[in-house]
Amino acid sequence: MGKRWLGAVIPVGVLVSWEAAWHIENVRMESLSRPWDVGLALFHGLAGGEFLIATAETFQAALLGFAIAAVIGLVAGVVLGLLPWLESVVGPSIDAMRPVPSVALIPLTLMIFGFGVRMEAAVVAFACLWPILIVTISAVRGIDTALLNVARVLEMSTYERMVKIILPAALSRIAVGLQLALAISLVVAVTVEIVLNPRGLGHGMMSAQQAMRFDQMYAQLLWIGAVGWGLSYGSQVLLDRWSPACRADRAKERS
Amino acid sequence: MTRNRRWLSRFGAIIFALFLLAVWQILAALEVISPLFFPSPLRTLSELWSQITSGRIWTPFSSTVVRMVYGWLAASLLGVVLGALIAGSRFSKLLLTPMLEFIRPMPASAIIPVAILAFGLSNRMSTAVIAFGSIWPVLLAAIQGFSTVEPRLYEMADAMRMSAWDRFRKVSLPGAMPDILAGARVGLAVALILAVVTEMQASLPGLGQSILMAQRSFRTPELYAGVIMLGAIGFGASMLLQWVERRLLRWRSAQ
Repeated sequence: MGKRWLGAVIPVGVLVSWEAAWHIENVRMESLSRPWDVGLALFHGLAGGEFLIATAETFQAALLGFAIAAVIGLVAGVVLGLLPWLESVVGPSIDAMRPVPSVALIPLTLMIFGFGVRMEAAVVAFACLWPILIVTISAVRGIDTALLNVARVLEMSTYERMVKIILPAALSRIAVGLQLALAISLVVAVTVEIVLNPRGLGHGMMSAQQAMRFDQMYAQLLWIGAVGWGLSYGSQVLLDRWSPACRADRAKERS
Repeated sequence: MTRNRRWLSRFGAIIFALFLLAVWQILAALEVISPLFFPSPLRTLSELWSQITSGRIWTPFSSTVVRMVYGWLAASLLGVVLGALIAGSRFSKLLLTPMLEFIRPMPASAIIPVAILAFGLSNRMSTAVIAFGSIWPVLLAAIQGFSTVEPRLYEMADAMRMSAWDRFRKVSLPGAMPDILAGARVGLAVALILAVVTEMQASLPGLGQSILMAQRSFRTPELYAGVIMLGAIGFGASMLLQWVERRLLRWRSAQ
């Protein structure tokens, strides 16, 4: 890959022509702030700490919702994965609830919790629950039955079987589900903030737009993009390092 | 024997769903949570029924569906075309992949303030946001699908002196179709979410706006009815696409 720099051609080209257009009298549009101003706003937002506070608020709600969904999803997923008959009984009810778009719960959670971190986390938890639950069920079901037989022969207790056999065997697939849910949690948290919750990154962007501070709006958009990218990159690195099974799979794919 | 068991599990599934409804009814009757937030299922369902029979629900219902389908169709077509172009040449892959990798994890709703600036609080804004958000699953799946078409099929096409268009239509597209359809199904779920979000944010007619209005005036049964309808849209859309998938990919099962 000696031609990495090619990836920078379009972004840099857009920025340069945008900046250039700003200097031509008739082409200039106030709603497209000058890239230089956007850069300045980004710098001031980060240096002044406003962006960081907003990011912390967003992550607080996103991670709280993610944690709730992870606990419920893992426990329910392992149980349903081990007991196919129970899954066939409960499954259709789950399938009926799953297609409800998470944002449809915004008015409901607003009514129950009011504005703030709790309503946001509730919507995030609903959105994150399904991928974790589904992946966990199929991961547990995909465990080699020989392993389960070993547990039976060794007369392991339920707890031992869980910790020594089931979780390690299903972990690498579950981790992928958790990674997906983590990405979803940030997306949903920002969405709730943009729609109506007055906190965090999403609200910062909406209020910059309403205050006609377009340079700040674009700066925050860039920052949200960077945060989203950082989260997805970070979770990928974590996954690679943490789970040897994933690493082996990837090595196989590459060769 | 297996048939018996299937009927038994289906029966169990219905019993379990009824059991959930009964728990909901009892909790509502005991007023554990204020009935203001938590109407009984009977009240909710009778509200839903009266909205369906009086026809009041169809106007917002169809606006939301039309909005979702427009944005999703635009995204899917564009996603397939872009995906074919990116997968087709190494140069465009190097040129575009880094930028796509940056934009992809960004919450699609973060584009809403910018879209409002560009298009105002209009249907075009909502279509643009939906298309922007739901293009990623299709695009990534299309790139994946087009790059993994069996190379020997291309050799065949060359040997038969197919024109470029025939090659695309008869070899590339069918080869990539399974991936594209899977991506399109994810895209459709995203499209529904963004349709609801833009309706709430910009007060555009549709179920998203209806449920937010219902919440503001504390007409809770109407809110629940709207959420159920949104779930039904998500469920119906996904069923429809699965059916299309089975029909379009029938040739594969013959292999």
